[in-house]
Amino acid sequence: MRLNRRSFLQLTALAGGGLALDLYRSPLAAAQEPGTPPDLTPQAFIHIAPDGMVTIMARASESGQGMRNMLPMLIAEELDVDWKSVRVQQAELNEKIYGHQFSGGSANTPQGWEPMRRVGAAGRQLLIAAAAQTWGVPEAECTTQSGRVLHAASGRSLSYGELAAKAAALQPPALSSVKLKDPKNYRIIGHSQAGVDTHAIVTGKPLFGIDVQLPGMLYAAIEKAPVFAGKVKSANIDQIKALPGVRHVLVIDGGITPAAYTPWEPGMEPGIAIVADTWWQAQQARKQLKVDWDLGPAATQSTEGFKKRAEELLKASPGTTVRKYGDVDAALKSSAKVVEATYQYPFIAHVTLEPQGATAHWKDGKLEMWSTSTLPADGRGLVAKTLGIQESDITTHMVRSGGSFGRRLQNDYLVEAAWIAKRVDAPVKLLWSREDDIAHDPFRPGGTFGLRAGLDAQGRMTAWRQHFATFGDEKHSTSGGGIGSASYPAGFPPAYALYTSAQPLMLRTGALRAPGDNAYCWVAQSFLDEVAYAAGRDPLEFQLELLSNKQAPWSASEHDAVGDHEPTGQAVLIPERYQGVLKLVAEKSDWAHRSKTPGRGMGIAAWFCHLGYYATVADVSVDAQNKVTVHRVLAAGDIGSQVINPGAAENLAFGAIIEGMSHMGQEITLVDGKIQQSNFHNHPLMRMRQAPKIEVYWRKTDYAPTGLGEPALPPILPAVSNAIFAATGKRIQTLPLQQSGFSWA
Amino acid sequence: MALKVKVNNVVATVDAPPDTPLLWVLRDILNLKGTKFGCGMGICGACTVIVGDHAVRSCMTHVGSVTDEPITTIEGLSPDGQHALQVAWETHEVPQCGYCQAGQIMSAVALLERTPHPTDAEIDAAMSGNLCRCGTYTHIRQAIHEAADAGVAARPK
Repeated sequence: MRLNRRSFLQLTALAGGGLALDLYRSPLAAAQEPGTPPDLTPQAFIHIAPDGMVTIMARASESGQGMRNMLPMLIAEELDVDWKSVRVQQAELNEKIYGHQFSGGSANTPQGWEPMRRVGAAGRQLLIAAAAQTWGVPEAECTTQSGRVLHAASGRSLSYGELAAKAAALQPPALSSVKLKDPKNYRIIGHSQAGVDTHAIVTGKPLFGIDVQLPGMLYAAIEKAPVFAGKVKSANIDQIKALPGVRHVLVIDGGITPAAYTPWEPGMEPGIAIVADTWWQAQQARKQLKVDWDLGPAATQSTEGFKKRAEELLKASPGTTVRKYGDVDAALKSSAKVVEATYQYPFIAHVTLEPQGATAHWKDGKLEMWSTSTLPADGRGLVAKTLGIQESDITTHMVRSGGSFGRRLQNDYLVEAAWIAKRVDAPVKLLWSREDDIAHDPFRPGGTFGLRAGLDAQGRMTAWRQHFATFGDEKHSTSGGGIGSASYPAGFPPAYALYTSAQPLMLRTGALRAPGDNAYCWVAQSFLDEVAYAAGRDPLEFQLELLSNKQAPWSASEHDAVGDHEPTGQAVLIPERYQGVLKLVAEKSDWAHRSKTPGRGMGIAAWFCHLGYYATVADVSVDAQNKVTVHRVLAAGDIGSQVINPGAAENLAFGAIIEGMSHMGQEITLVDGKIQQSNFHNHPLMRMRQAPKIEVYWRKTDYAPTGLGEPALPPILPAVSNAIFAATGKRIQTLPLQQSGFSWA
Repeated sequence: MALKVKVNNVVATVDAPPDTPLLWVLRDILNLKGTKFGCGMGICGACTVIVGDHAVRSCMTHVGSVTDEPITTIEGLSPDGQHALQVAWETHEVPQCGYCQAGQIMSAVALLERTPHPTDAEIDAAMSGNLCRCGTYTHIRQAIHEAADAGVAARPK
């Protein structure tokens, strides 16, 4: 399967977790394909002032994962400057000179690791060339140190600032030709660096999408139907136009189809946009709106209906065979013991703390946008298509966002802001309320798994059969609801089958941090724990044994689905790395000697996704009212040879654990097509008093560095579920926790 | 309607109905963007400011109800970002996305002014009205302890 960045939304649809593999192909190999951007040059990324101050362009969007640090740090390391002399500047959208400007799939580390270091090294090479020419000495005799070129033989040196003008005019070397540092000489990579925006954040400087302020700017809010894609039949528009501060009331006919599969150009959701002097006035005017909606077909949907249909699907013969080897049914039949269970989990919303919004200004046939998108080129394309204008007439400023978690891969709100701006003679800032944000989220889709596993007389696994009831149409899974043929434990049980069946859906869904994996890990690692207990074995030891099985070979078509192996071979699960993080977290948590008092328990789980390996142990107590407290969490991660910015990496890994816990208490439900949740009181996040003590350990291996925002998340869910089982003997097979009779303390 | 509010030691006259939430007066009339909108129901804490000596949720506070008391926002906490909590927030690299952090810091300011050396339990009690979607709670707790040890600077009043 060849996937490009533009099809990112679909690829999560088709393939689910771990299958966004084209994102992780060697960037140098990808650069040889037609249609890819021209060679990156140091001149595009590095600007050196005469006083030696170095400006490095951050090409990727920032929504809290530390991309404004991580990618420029790679450049600065090889450029050989001190980090304190570096100023980072956010690039505008311009993929012709910056390459892909995309933050998703934990892909910026594996995609940026090689090219960004080479950009820095090429910059250093240019400065050396400029110095060598100035002195009339061979380049080979020159070295660099902390922003200076040195010529040891003559004792001369020049600062980068003094050489910058000359260097900038030289032809840059081919990136593939430059020599990179020996990692043992790193002074920036692997050393914690302060976040480039931290000071601005703690002093309240305008920094986020919501903070954009332009002269004469108006504010917009949009009222949408209580049911997805419901259309406006009529409304008291003249009355609204007369309210204080209201300048425009615009009916959005929309074009989105209520269907399970959202194409790349989905069209807008219908609604009524109110544009006013202040956002509060627009919101107040909204309360006076009386709209007669045509709710459309999505009004027939309900959570109860989804459940009923999923049960029917699991009883029927499966729709699709995703992967199968061995005779799984015969193996189950001849097993000494068969364990059977159904696991289900709900739809949930992203709830970025900054609600969705964007600012746009249409003037003289040109559009200027302030976008928090993590997929900004796609946003520009979608805006151009929707407005019927050329992409070349659009300027996109990339603004920091208050969180994405996959939400800002979708550009729906950006299109809305641009659509309004084109109809209004002023800059417009669109802002969604929290209620808008939850009701119109591209949700993480729910799912149901029917599972069966066999054990032989010695308690070894004989077979694993899973049937996943998801959502979709005949050809596609809904975005975020597909599953890949590599989904663990594929390859390790002697016989295996993964089937899917889909029911229709009329809702937008999408990637949520570790898409697919944030659910499939919970299912697989909970059931594996269940099977280990049924075998009378320690779940850690049971899983290590499973991983030591020789992996079942891929058929040719399956191999295509998984994609090419990376030069370092990371794209396919490497058992030694998976076992390595399990062993490390077991050692750190003293798993072998864990206490087994009633009401208190430890659970263990691990996962491989987005090229990273994590194992997590949770120490949990459950009181008489089934209230759950997570006391301590330990996690071990293997993301290759370097943790580029260790402090930020640890923070991100802590956050993944807290987020995973939040997922366990959240659900989006529908009655008559209407979303029943509206704000943080009924779609909660963990609060400080619920946050456990967390320890994160890194297992450094010889593989190229990879990302961590996503792979750090999935194992916490089954680690907690398995700990609840250890504490109470009750198995959580339905999320959220409250649907299984538990809740957070 | 013209109302007088004292924000960060500056008296400003704002033209807004008295039932306008303080949050939107701060953000869109006084152009103080540090205070953030998160939920509009007073349950996420992103909009926390200090009125008098109390941390309040500005999204649920009518501007007409705070004309008699001084208001401090993140921008007024210190002239140069050197309040002990701001320094500790930087030392511990607390933020990820950063969106909730102004509200977190303002809640912590009110806590330390009331309880200069809080226990973990006191921190949890005071800070649990502030959500962090990124999950930086561990670092927030560390930063509050460190600021407490450093001694909290007086905020300009």
